[in-house]
Amino acid sequence: MIAHAIFFYVFSIIAVISAIMVTVSKNTVHSVFFLILDFISISCLFIMIGAEFLGMIMLIVYVGAVAVLFLFVVMMLNVAQQKNQWFYSEATSSHIPIGLIISAIIFLELIIVVGGWKYKPELLNPNTTKISNEISNTHSLGQILYTDYIHVFQISGMILLIAMIGAIVLTFRQREGVKTQSYLKQISRERSEGVNVLEVPSNKGVKIDD
Amino acid sequence: MTEIGLGHYLTLGAVIFSIGVIGIFLNRKNIIVILMSIELILLAVNINLVSFSIYLDDLTGQVFTLFILTVAAAEAAIGLAIIVVYYRNAGTIRVEEIDKLKG
Repeated sequence: MIAHAIFFYVFSIIAVISAIMVTVSKNTVHSVFFLILDFISISCLFIMIGAEFLGMIMLIVYVGAVAVLFLFVVMMLNVAQQKNQWFYSEATSSHIPIGLIISAIIFLELIIVVGGWKYKPELLNPNTTKISNEISNTHSLGQILYTDYIHVFQISGMILLIAMIGAIVLTFRQREGVKTQSYLKQISRERSEGVNVLEVPSNKGVKIDD
Repeated sequence: MTEIGLGHYLTLGAVIFSIGVIGIFLNRKNIIVILMSIELILLAVNINLVSFSIYLDDLTGQVFTLFILTVAAAEAAIGLAIIVVYYRNAGTIRVEEIDKLKG
């Protein structure tokens, strides 16, 4: 138990500090790095609490895909180094205190909910999807993901497909002046436009390229 | 203090959620950091769902975390694509200079 507490505090403190650094750091590339650190420490927490599959999936999806995507875009758009200061600026400093106040209120509300919250008695005994100790986390997740939640699973696949199509449609552009191969033009060529048979009179020759 | 319960995880989720909200409100740099703050908020939601799932002994929370992961990945891809297109058209993604909507 004491080890659990120590690891929880270590990982959560790292997670909170790196979350603060994501919003505060001046260099956007550093923000992405702290985001990766945040994801890794949270997935360590997940693995420690007993949701191994989700922890590993978070490592793969977030650190391996989403954070690298962010890094790509940050480096591609050349916005890594911003000259201006981060929070404060003359024109827009008026809504900063309001933003801080609203964030603080949201935090206080969440803390009140956490502190004053109780189990509803019938929720304590879920009858369907109990976590079993005999089979692994991945196995039990798969057992209910592909049976009870199959429609939601397929809809999430559709969401990914639509996101892929949308990203391609958004960023696709037809460039001017690029030489490309046109297969249709190539295979629809006929003999009449490719070859020209000429009657060559003797001792005169023909003129090509006229 | 040494007994880690559900409340500890929920507090961690609340802290990260609030940091994400602060990041959205106070960001003056570029939109990419706002997208990262949204990722932080979704991460906080995931923490809540997983800890509830473990402490209430119910696997449904972990299944929903998987779906939130999916939606977060799709949202990041679409958002970054929009940012790339906007940068191509307007030449900037600084928050102060994006005022086409006069908001």
